Amino acid sequence: MTSPTRPTTGPGLDWRARLNAPLLIGGALVLLITGMALLSLVWTPHPPMKVLSTPAYQTPNAEYWLGTDRFRRDVFTQIILGSRTTLYVGVVAVGVAALVGVPLGVLAAMAPRWFAGLVMRGNDILLAFPALLLAIMFAAIYGGSTRVAMVAIGIATIPNFARITRSGALSVLSSDYVLAARAAGRGPLAIATRHVLPNLTGLVIVQASVSFAIAILAEAALAYLGLGTPTGQPSWGRMLFEAQSTLRSAPHLALIPGAAIALAVLGFNLLGDGLRDALDPQLASR
Amino acid sequence: MSAADTAVVLEVDGLDVAAGSTSLLSQVRFTVAAGERVGLIGESGSGKSLTALAVMGLLPDGVRARGTVRLHGRPQNLLEQSAAQWAALRGDEMTMVFQEPMTALNPTMRVSAQVAEVIRLHRNGVSRAEALRRAEDVLDQVGLPAAQTARAYPHQLSGGQRQRVVIAIALACDPRLLICDEPSTALDVTVQARVLEEIVSGVRAREAALLFITHDLAVVAQVCERVLVMYGGRIVEAGAVHEVFTDPRHHYTAGLLAASDLTSLGRGAVLPTIEGTVPAAGQFPSGCVFRTRCPRADRACEVPPPWTAREPEVADPAASGFACVHPTGERHG
Amino acid sequence: MLWQLTRRLAVLGASIAVSTVVVFGFMQVLPGNPARVALGVNASEQAVARMTAEYGLDRPLVVQYLDWVAGMLRLDPGVEYISRAAIGPQIIDGLGVTVWLVGAAMLLAVTVAVPVGAWMAIRHRHADGVALSALSQVGVAVPAFLAGIVGISVFAVRLGWLPSGGWVVPAQDPVGFLQRLILPAIALALVQGSVLARYVRSAVLEELQQDYLRTARAKGLRPAQAVLRHTLRNAAVPVVTVAGLQLAGLLIGAVVIERVFVLPGLGSLLLDSVQSRELLTIQSVVMVLVVAVLVINFVVDALYVLIDPRLRTGGRR
Repeated sequence: MTSPTRPTTGPGLDWRARLNAPLLIGGALVLLITGMALLSLVWTPHPPMKVLSTPAYQTPNAEYWLGTDRFRRDVFTQIILGSRTTLYVGVVAVGVAALVGVPLGVLAAMAPRWFAGLVMRGNDILLAFPALLLAIMFAAIYGGSTRVAMVAIGIATIPNFARITRSGALSVLSSDYVLAARAAGRGPLAIATRHVLPNLTGLVIVQASVSFAIAILAEAALAYLGLGTPTGQPSWGRMLFEAQSTLRSAPHLALIPGAAIALAVLGFNLLGDGLRDALDPQLASR
Repeated sequence: MSAADTAVVLEVDGLDVAAGSTSLLSQVRFTVAAGERVGLIGESGSGKSLTALAVMGLLPDGVRARGTVRLHGRPQNLLEQSAAQWAALRGDEMTMVFQEPMTALNPTMRVSAQVAEVIRLHRNGVSRAEALRRAEDVLDQVGLPAAQTARAYPHQLSGGQRQRVVIAIALACDPRLLICDEPSTALDVTVQARVLEEIVSGVRAREAALLFITHDLAVVAQVCERVLVMYGGRIVEAGAVHEVFTDPRHHYTAGLLAASDLTSLGRGAVLPTIEGTVPAAGQFPSGCVFRTRCPRADRACEVPPPWTAREPEVADPAASGFACVHPTGERHG
Repeated sequence: MLWQLTRRLAVLGASIAVSTVVVFGFMQVLPGNPARVALGVNASEQAVARMTAEYGLDRPLVVQYLDWVAGMLRLDPGVEYISRAAIGPQIIDGLGVTVWLVGAAMLLAVTVAVPVGAWMAIRHRHADGVALSALSQVGVAVPAFLAGIVGISVFAVRLGWLPSGGWVVPAQDPVGFLQRLILPAIALALVQGSVLARYVRSAVLEELQQDYLRTARAKGLRPAQAVLRHTLRNAAVPVVTVAGLQLAGLLIGAVVIERVFVLPGLGSLLLDSVQSRELLTIQSVVMVLVVAVLVINFVVDALYVLIDPRLRTGGRR
């Protein structure tokens, strides 16, 4: 009841065979959001965050495609600009987490046991401070802002990267070709850079996608709580906060940014799942 | 002693197994009598495991069996019975031992509980304590004394010990038919002998019929009285072990034997092999399944060869014969 | 096994100790003088000096740290710098609310997610299994506070069935209490429940592929029996772990939900003190939450060893 005789991974395998539904849908969503963010750099339907001389709380119509909010700003413009904030926070947070977490994880796999033990204990303690909690602590001291949110979320995500790269590195290190490299006299740095790291790219990319989704959720929550992006700047979470008091009269003001957040998170989650399936079926959680 | 003396326990006739439009087994026909030990040999891809699964009703999704499978004393064709009827039979009158002992047992249940489970399933009114007691008895019989191993978890036992637990489960309800699918292949050579011993003594004690599936000719010679040779989803030769092994009629059988025969090799000799490889399922040639690899194949082989009994006028021609129009030993010309 | 347990307890203790230092250091050392932070930028030097003296903020850090830890253990970390309200009772009151919320959400999440997840696995090749799986993906993507807001919009504003927020003590008004608990609990449970369901699905799916299932069928167990008696039991092992970890996630998620529904729990206490810059309160509440997460993780680890016999006797999985 085991093993097919044809290889299921490896170079030369038709990339078309690896495409799957989550990958396609997730990829499409992520591309959509990235496209929106890039577009916002050069064009928005109405001037960014500008208070217009038009009634507030308009429902979607021809001129204001998604309506206007309580401050008489165009909702569609805000959504597009908000995608920029969302991606910005995600990229920085995940970037910080990966830049610190990946080397840490590899180090923990290759260093002497006492050091590795220390790193993993530190990891566990950091894990006891979820992103939201850490961000609240940071905000308490440094005030709430996009930058604080990014850094806090990034630091809180480090242990996820460290853990996954450590376990990936451990399994690479026990493989035969690494054993051969060590027998041939290769130093640890060379082994780390030429054997371990390249084999971890898949794992790291998948983790990055998943962490991106978590970062988006955290940023939205922080903005909603008033501890992230402040009201003057575009943020989907903040839009949700502003919409809560007018749920009866203008529910679309909450549903639209809410849908944006959900779609962004869904996109990155699906992308992560799809990449996981495509890159190594053995990792697939099915 | 002919097959009519002892009661036939398993009768398989015209068994066809297919996955969609791909034929996997074709017109398989054989019987196993009580107390008889029949081997089913062939390479990977010959269909031997599928035969066992079909008889047990454990074919995977999408694979269908047609034909007749009958168990002595039951008038109904097993292949036509309901899932409930299958479940009542399995583990009780017909049991199976699989190839992978390392993964065959539930890792979170104690070994004795797993044996007791099959007893409680099929014997009404047996209390939990009584079932455990009987389970420990059976475990004892297969060489796993209760004191040491009954309360163990599978991961605490070696491969050979785990396989013996599986055998205990298979023998616990005194089945009339035991099917073993490569039971010793995954084990060390030194352990193999023990496990085979347990199987043989287990079926002997119960006068049970044994269908033993393997690709190892030496094991068949050790364990079985009769042998069926399978290739391409068909039985190509059958007969008593010593007859078939000393005087094979089908070229495939001859090839198998030659490839296993190390004693007649001289210095620097090359081990004889059968040319070509086993085709994938559904890609066997029409007519004789073996003709693309047979040294004696000719135009006559493009038609499916009829079954020829070794001895004419015998009660059950399927028990001993071959499917070849140019059997070995035939005079050329 | 006792040795393993003791060792883990020691690790837990050390982790808690280190966390207290981290939190203390973060809140007391980083911002500079806490009195200055509390009083604001425009405070006079005198006011700062007076407050510093009053609360002993000029004592050596180690002394302040130990004082605080001792206070936490007594459930009395002190009073807020400005309002002078006792922090201990506020934390306890807040806990009362948060525990109800998290408990209800956990109960909901587990009772729905486990059967749904198992069903998704068993039917993973059929239309309903695939549909449920897609639904759970959406459930994971919807932030809890969004679910809460939508819930309020539909059930409180539109339909008027439930209040849109607030809190009532259960003893005083059990019906009102339940009415105010339902929406926040569901909102909180939605995300974590979806995550849990997906995890249950993958755990059960993995077990369904195992060979021992074939042995079970060969014994004469019907497919449903085999799945119930063997598969689900084995899948429970990783599921329990994840469920426990979900609890920690629920605790943090409660912080936001309490804001959405205006519930006077620990989360609200935390957020309010961030607003009023009461560093000591923030410090203490964060500590409670961190200790809770660490203890939960510890209990889950210990449970895991208890449930999986392979870990008990040192076997490899």
